[in-house]
Amino acid sequence: MYPAPFRYHRPANLKEAILMLSTLGETAKPLAGGQTLIPILKLRMDEPTDLVDIGRLPDLRFAKNEGGWVEIGALSPHGWVARSDIAKAIPIVKDCAGGIADVQVRSRGTIGGSVSAADPNCDWPALLNTLDAEIRCAGPEGDRTIAIGDFITEAYTTALQPGELVTSIRFRTPPPGSGGAYIAYKKAAAAFPVVSVGVQMTVAAGNVCQDVRIALGGSGPKPRRAVQAEAELRGKTLNSQAWQHAADAVAAVAEPTDDVRGSSEFKRQLLRGLLLKAGDTATRRCANATIEGSHVYA
Amino acid sequence: MPDAINKVTIDVTVNGRKFRRQVEPRMLLVEFIREELGLTGTHIGCDTSYCGACTVQLDGAPVKSCTMFAVQADGCEVLTVEGLEKDGQLHPLQKSFSEHHGLQCGFCTPGMLMASHALLTDNPHPDRHAIKKAIAGNVCRCTGYQNIIKAVEAVAAGAKE
Repeated sequence: MYPAPFRYHRPANLKEAILMLSTLGETAKPLAGGQTLIPILKLRMDEPTDLVDIGRLPDLRFAKNEGGWVEIGALSPHGWVARSDIAKAIPIVKDCAGGIADVQVRSRGTIGGSVSAADPNCDWPALLNTLDAEIRCAGPEGDRTIAIGDFITEAYTTALQPGELVTSIRFRTPPPGSGGAYIAYKKAAAAFPVVSVGVQMTVAAGNVCQDVRIALGGSGPKPRRAVQAEAELRGKTLNSQAWQHAADAVAAVAEPTDDVRGSSEFKRQLLRGLLLKAGDTATRRCANATIEGSHVYA
Repeated sequence: MPDAINKVTIDVTVNGRKFRRQVEPRMLLVEFIREELGLTGTHIGCDTSYCGACTVQLDGAPVKSCTMFAVQADGCEVLTVEGLEKDGQLHPLQKSFSEHHGLQCGFCTPGMLMASHALLTDNPHPDRHAIKKAIAGNVCRCTGYQNIIKAVEAVAAGAKE
């Protein structure tokens, strides 16, 4: 399968890329790792006149933890992030990055491309909602930082303006005593997740939940915070009753659609189960337990 | 659709040999390998980034060559299944696939070999879980995977420390 013909451009730096995209107009598209865009072009669901290859722009592949912030460069491939020191220190990041699709896609696909694609079932957007991340962008009007909840506006739609590119993603370094887990349920490695759950929490002495954030993937047009589920846990002793109430709240707030991946009721039940599993892993990680593994296959 | 598309000159090293070609920007890397260079060992299976039959290594990393443009490989080193044998001798991994009946129709084999070769380069002694994870992006419709995993395990067991 061949995409429709396009002109190919390879800017030398970020400034040139922004200028090119602004000049060429809205029929030009940026190409990073291409793992979302190329399949779309091959199916001719989009036919841009120009592709601006930003895949090799310098200085956008990094992961650092400085001054209370974790920051990951937009062109960091998933597999590279999964092997980074950040992923070692913050297991929820490894859960997400190391479980995306398969090793081949993880070689090419980038975190910046994934959030810009804003697929409702994709892993990074759900994870970044769990971590209350901010998206840093650069465009013809200058730089700006957008909260993830405002960045993704609809399915496959972001707040990015023409010529504007994601340059990095950042979130607060999780405090001591905190832990998280991200679990996606997939039919096969290369398939998109059916649904996913991210839990990031801080547990105080006596197994009391000090703080928690829960986000759901595949549960609506954009990643969804489960605010009521968080309220069921925050300040409470983490027993099975509290988690059951949280699971009820997750199932209530989710609005998954019926599709080839399953019925909405099936997905709600899945979300309940994934919340309990992610919650258990997150709680044990708060106590510094080492637990490997993330995505669950059918 | 733009009215005039200029071809782009790319330099790609494939299996240690340098090639310079002019390609249309929309040419996929797998088409470049098969049609321009005549290396038909790399297969096109699903053509949707799912099956992994087109797996090659780009600067040492496994990639699905149906989901990359040839222009993106400009200046890079590509390793295809043809690059595994040395001086007419099959690579130990290829021998092991043969010995353990790790293939039946053979269609997925180039991709399986390139994905497992990448794994063993990165981690010479993977456990069963790591092998399964490394070939999770490669689909086989004949063998049921068991013999493929055995073939990779046998090479890992025989690898020198």
